[in-house]
Amino acid sequence: MNRSQFSYLLGLSGFFIFLTGIASGLAFFMWTTGNSPDQVLNSEAISGPKLWPFGILLLLLLFVAYLLHRAFKAYFFTVKSLAEEMTLILSANPTHRVKPEGPAEVKQLGQTINAFADRFQSLLADDEAKILKAKAQLEEERNRLAALVSELGEGVVVCNLEGQILLYNRRAKQLLSRKVEKQVNGNGSSSGFVGLGRSIFGLVDYDSITHALEDIGYHLEKETSRPVSNFVTNASNDQLVRARMVPVLDQQKEITGFVLTLEDITQQLEASTRRDILLQSLTEGTRASLANIRAAIETIEEYPEMDAERLGTFRKIIREESEMLSEKLNETITDHTADLRSNWQLDPILGSNLIWAIRRRFEEKLNITTHVEYEEEDLWLNVDSFAVVQALTSVMRQLRIDYDVTEASLRLKKTGRIAALDMIWNNVIVDPDTLWAWQNEASISDGEGFPLPLKEVAERHGGEIWCQTDKEIGQSYMRLLLPTTQPKPTWQVPVVQTNSRPEYYDFDLFHQAGQKPELDEQPLSDLTYTVFDTETTGLNPAQGDEIISISAVRIVNNRLLRQEVFDQLIDPKRPISRASIDIHGIKPDMLKGQPHIEQVLPQFCKFSEDTVLVAHNAAFDMRMLQIKEADLGIKFINPVLDTLLLAAVVHPNQQDQSIEAIAQRLGVNVFGRHTSLGDAIVTGEIFLKLISLLAEQGITTLMQAREAAEKTYYARISY
Amino acid sequence: MTKKVLIVDDEANIVISLEFLMQQAGYQVEIARNGEDALTVVNEFKPDLVLLDVMMPKVNGFDVCQKIRDNAELEDTKIIMLTAKGRDVEVAKGMALGANSYVIKPFSTKQLVLEVQRVLEES
Repeated sequence: MNRSQFSYLLGLSGFFIFLTGIASGLAFFMWTTGNSPDQVLNSEAISGPKLWPFGILLLLLLFVAYLLHRAFKAYFFTVKSLAEEMTLILSANPTHRVKPEGPAEVKQLGQTINAFADRFQSLLADDEAKILKAKAQLEEERNRLAALVSELGEGVVVCNLEGQILLYNRRAKQLLSRKVEKQVNGNGSSSGFVGLGRSIFGLVDYDSITHALEDIGYHLEKETSRPVSNFVTNASNDQLVRARMVPVLDQQKEITGFVLTLEDITQQLEASTRRDILLQSLTEGTRASLANIRAAIETIEEYPEMDAERLGTFRKIIREESEMLSEKLNETITDHTADLRSNWQLDPILGSNLIWAIRRRFEEKLNITTHVEYEEEDLWLNVDSFAVVQALTSVMRQLRIDYDVTEASLRLKKTGRIAALDMIWNNVIVDPDTLWAWQNEASISDGEGFPLPLKEVAERHGGEIWCQTDKEIGQSYMRLLLPTTQPKPTWQVPVVQTNSRPEYYDFDLFHQAGQKPELDEQPLSDLTYTVFDTETTGLNPAQGDEIISISAVRIVNNRLLRQEVFDQLIDPKRPISRASIDIHGIKPDMLKGQPHIEQVLPQFCKFSEDTVLVAHNAAFDMRMLQIKEADLGIKFINPVLDTLLLAAVVHPNQQDQSIEAIAQRLGVNVFGRHTSLGDAIVTGEIFLKLISLLAEQGITTLMQAREAAEKTYYARISY
Repeated sequence: MTKKVLIVDDEANIVISLEFLMQQAGYQVEIARNGEDALTVVNEFKPDLVLLDVMMPKVNGFDVCQKIRDNAELEDTKIIMLTAKGRDVEVAKGMALGANSYVIKPFSTKQLVLEVQRVLEES
């Protein structure tokens, strides 16, 4: 009973007590005028003519009371109800409308409220539309930024002041991620994973970063124009990385984070070291030999009368030293041409790709039908492909314009350590002077052409260029010699291709505290999760079944990060049961050469560090992990949530709690099932849906989720 | 009294020329083929001057120079560094370690003989 109802009942009770009082007063009056109360109540006098005014008064009062009740109901309660409904419209449900009923005035009030509600709803809708538009624009800008950053040749990592990663690109991931080591007992201490919300300090030397931040702090204090700091650090796979730190400042010019741009300088440094050594050996080696020759000659000249034997010795010295000098020079030219070249940006490109680019250019720009006469397979060239294509096109344009050549062929052959790229044309003999001019002079007309002559392009590649003509068959070719290379194998980070937008950033982490409060009290939507799945040789870990595949995907800030995955096949060193192969399709030959569990599990432990583990039917997967803990000296101390149990909390009356059934109920697309990565991703999607559904039941923290899960029937399953 | 010159170099071809030149200039000559030998020979031979190469296996010329200068018995021994290492920093190092002169290869034999003579005449 609320306060107004209580007041109303109190008023009504008071009124009837008042009526009773009047009736009692009348009875008392009659008793004092000679009638006992019994007489008054029992005698005919009561119902007789003497009591009629009392009866009329009572009826009148009852009627008044009824009228009052109606009035209260019509005005007081209805208005109170309208006020409550207005609050509902205002705070929770703008689509709600009151029922205009009751007296005309109240009805009018209800209609007015509804009119206000319509206007309010429309304003809200406008605001919502504006917010959605602004959000969409922001999202678009973020995506544009992410797309831009992801394609940069340099690695980019953005961190907040606590060192948590807020954004990174593919190149940064390549540079900083460490691969599963093949060495036995490889522990996790040297490993690092790039991921949103993870710490940069696990990937880049702590001291380097703090030093750079201090350096920037100094620049900011001194108000220098460029608060930037550079340092060189070791990255994954023994690469040397030059890092450039730029601060992220707030409006008060306080550092809130930093941007690191990373450049792999290993090759550059190796080349420059080789160049230094080469120069040193050339100067010092040459000096020594020259000194010997010069000393010998000068001695002969100084002492012409020396005996024949001594003269022979000096002649021998001169011959030997001259030969050594020649050998040294030859060796230098053969082995170090690439190192002596100018610093032109050359990149490895597959020969067939270069041929394709030239062909496309000839056909599209010059309308020349171009054939490929021969193309060496798997031939990698170290070239500036743009310069080569442009310079060759420039020459071909001259052939087209001056000699009406409409057909050409291309040929690419490997000769030793170099590649010969031939541009061939038929039935046109160009005089040598013109050919010389084409090779040695840049040709730009009508905005077409290339500012560098072909000869210079060749020289900058450490190559050569010349023309030859076979007059008998009427064929000419221009041969460009280019350096070959072997592309340095880089570790390919497993990336799951999806249609979703890039997920390399999460600026919300800017606002996260560096400290870690008790996980149990944290909202489920704020936690970081590692959703994982294993495939095994069988279903009995206690009887020796082993993990053959372990995959995981991370959830950070309520987003499934499909690019941040762990996906590794494992050689179980034992047979796989037929039934298991039928489920996951992983055959023994697929596992040959894969690392063993001893290498993989510590890496996975590191990958899942400081996160909550999530799995479907986690009891099984956790058993598979835990059975190895003692042998490998690791421990999975992470809290664990099970989507099987949580689904049972949300839908307790559903019999089928298989991953497919849950996915179908929650509208999650199932793909790649029964690969461990596919299962992990589906489980992650399901888990995100479950977080919202659990919140509707008031389950919002990790502890509440765990307690609710433990109460379900399925919690009794154990392996 | 005939001055004594010790030639320390691992390259036989230069040693042949230097030995001949020094003998022709009237010096008593001894040869050491590396730094280690040089340290032994220098103590026995007690040369007035050492023509010292820098780039040698085991103990390099800089180390030999330093050890000679550390030996009080050899304080009057002059040292001419004779080397292909011609960068400013290397010359500075050699002179700082106690060399009396620093000759960069290739050199003029006449000038070398004159330089040996000049250094030996230094008090």
